[in-house]
Amino acid sequence: MSENEKYLLKVEHLKQYFPVRQGFKTIPLKAVDDISFAVKPGETLGLVGESGCGKTTVGRTLLRLYQPTAGRIEFDGEVLFDSGEQYDEKGKVVLGPDGKPALGKKVDVNMLPYRKQMQMVFQDPYSSLNPRMTVEDIIGEPLDVHNLYANRNERREKILGLMELVGLNAEHAMRYAHEFSGGQRQRIGIARALAVNPKFIVCDEPVSALDVSIQAQVVNMFEELQEKLGVAYLFIAHDLLIVHHISDRIAVMYLGKMMELADADELNGNPIHPYTLSLLSAVPIPDPETARKSKRIILEGDVPSPLKMPTGCPFRTRCRYATDQCAAEMPQLTDRGNGHMVACWNK
Amino acid sequence: MLENQGLKKRQFFSAQVDLSKFKEKDFEQATEDEKKQQDVMGESTTFFKDGMRRLRRNPLAMGSIVVLVLIIALIIFAPMVVPYKYSQIISVNGIRDKSAANLAPFEYSKLETQYMEETGEKLFPHIFGTDSLSRDYFIRVIYGTRVSLSVGIVASIMVLIIGLLYGSISGYFGGTIDLVMMRIVDIIYSLPDMLIIILLSVVLNETIKPLIEGTVLQSLGTNMISIFIVFGLLYWVSMARLIRGQILTIKNNEYVLAARCIGTKNGRILRRHILPNCLSVIIITTALQVPSAIFTESYLSFLGLGVSAPLTSLGSLANDARAGMQSYPLRLVIPAVAICLIVLALNLLGDGLRDAFDSKLK
Repeated sequence: MSENEKYLLKVEHLKQYFPVRQGFKTIPLKAVDDISFAVKPGETLGLVGESGCGKTTVGRTLLRLYQPTAGRIEFDGEVLFDSGEQYDEKGKVVLGPDGKPALGKKVDVNMLPYRKQMQMVFQDPYSSLNPRMTVEDIIGEPLDVHNLYANRNERREKILGLMELVGLNAEHAMRYAHEFSGGQRQRIGIARALAVNPKFIVCDEPVSALDVSIQAQVVNMFEELQEKLGVAYLFIAHDLLIVHHISDRIAVMYLGKMMELADADELNGNPIHPYTLSLLSAVPIPDPETARKSKRIILEGDVPSPLKMPTGCPFRTRCRYATDQCAAEMPQLTDRGNGHMVACWNK
Repeated sequence: MLENQGLKKRQFFSAQVDLSKFKEKDFEQATEDEKKQQDVMGESTTFFKDGMRRLRRNPLAMGSIVVLVLIIALIIFAPMVVPYKYSQIISVNGIRDKSAANLAPFEYSKLETQYMEETGEKLFPHIFGTDSLSRDYFIRVIYGTRVSLSVGIVASIMVLIIGLLYGSISGYFGGTIDLVMMRIVDIIYSLPDMLIIILLSVVLNETIKPLIEGTVLQSLGTNMISIFIVFGLLYWVSMARLIRGQILTIKNNEYVLAARCIGTKNGRILRRHILPNCLSVIIITTALQVPSAIFTESYLSFLGLGVSAPLTSLGSLANDARAGMQSYPLRLVIPAVAICLIVLALNLLGDGLRDAFDSKLK
């Protein structure tokens, strides 16, 4: 248990498959396939990867907006979901005597009390706010749902306090979302997430829909809020610079699988996985002279369809170090020292 | 001087800002007040205000509103002014006036002229003349319009309520529920409505009659009630389909996901997040449903399945006028024009509402 207590959120072997109909057959789309990570209280875990690799699905499944296919989610020492499969040291499912996975205790709690502790900030500030509601009602909704006020005055005070916290003008409480700019809307979304005073917030690409100058403001606000409130973030993004700026640790995903997980500086300075290397080489360098000297690793081919995943390591089709072993089996995340976890056979 | 301030003079073709034109105090930091001036926001408008503003700019829609208001005022106030009743056979001094049948507009019968000459009193004119049973035609048209309009509005509201409940449940919960509910809609859609109305009128005639004896419903007649039942049974399907479609698109918005993330219950999500966002479509479709209901009522009445005599509707007036079409064409023209006017005005208003409130057409 002492191991668990260090972590606020612990995810083990999380799988999220979506059924996709192709003609008469229904095949699973493996959006998230066997992912494990943990978030400490008050820390920021960055989650990067290219479009469609399952980052958003991880965030949404954590908050149980989707019903997980399998895995185990533990929050603040309590198990929120457990599909019951057990895994051995090599990460393989333990089979029972009948050849089927041996199932342990299944857990699937009612999420309503936990919604107060886990919240989410959405990607698109234009579609994540109801156009028919005033800012006051948008921010007040979590308060309404969880009965967090005694009377109307207290509700109003709380809402105005939240607006001030995220740098919004309290006079604008009665306005509608469409009257605000993108950055202001994202602040409204953040205020809504903070209304229930959560310990953990999933930030689902909260700045990618914003202008670069506004991105900096919003990211800095996230950091300030973390200092003030001690909240932990899962910061999902595809912009490595921003993720490096805000995160304590960074996880790299490719096609629903975790490729590398390390401290932010360690990952930037000493990337091991070939996919991380190519991702990092794609980060634009502001100084043209350094940019000219640096070598960009260009990956060949396209991202395989998640409906037709390559066997073994999903990256092997584009990896220059790929061997037969890569095709045969998916490597497990292994510690390469100082908690630098890499899933690769060859590096 | 310039060198002292550390500002270089601009080169000739440089795109750089010419710093020599500025003094050091031009670069002072803005005060809080000055910064506030940058937070310019437009006048706060709600969705409704915005739509009404657009609606007011549409001359066709505004004209339709004027026409409808006039018609509604007329059907409310005319029976207070006109001294005749819709079922009253013209009589002078308590004697039935046989000469008062089939009068032309503003014509008085022999007995009435005689009476006016004797007493010097002026009788109220028959604005549209009288029908073959010596009843004032103007007041009959007024009552016919009353019935037609109220049938249209009541039927639309019924369709709205049933369609809204059915469509929102089907659209929101989706999956198997949606599949089953929509197949039921498909089945109802394929039933021939006219046949059902005729059959229902016949059956209900027998069953409902004793039930409504002595109530207000009796004056409406069993035919009318069966029309309502048919609307309730059959005509909600298109509304249900439409609302389901709307909800399917709206529920994929991130704000619905955000509400679920907060822990909002399904009922509240539907009420607070989904329905307000398809309100415009609901209003527009309901507005367009009214003329279609009036139309259905009119042609059913025309077929003799409408309100029972002596109460009348625009359709049954037109049906009655058919017999004397050659000699008294006006009696067919008046209710026909009234139907056209109402249906046209409501259609144009519905179109105007759609243009004003449907954000996709902006």
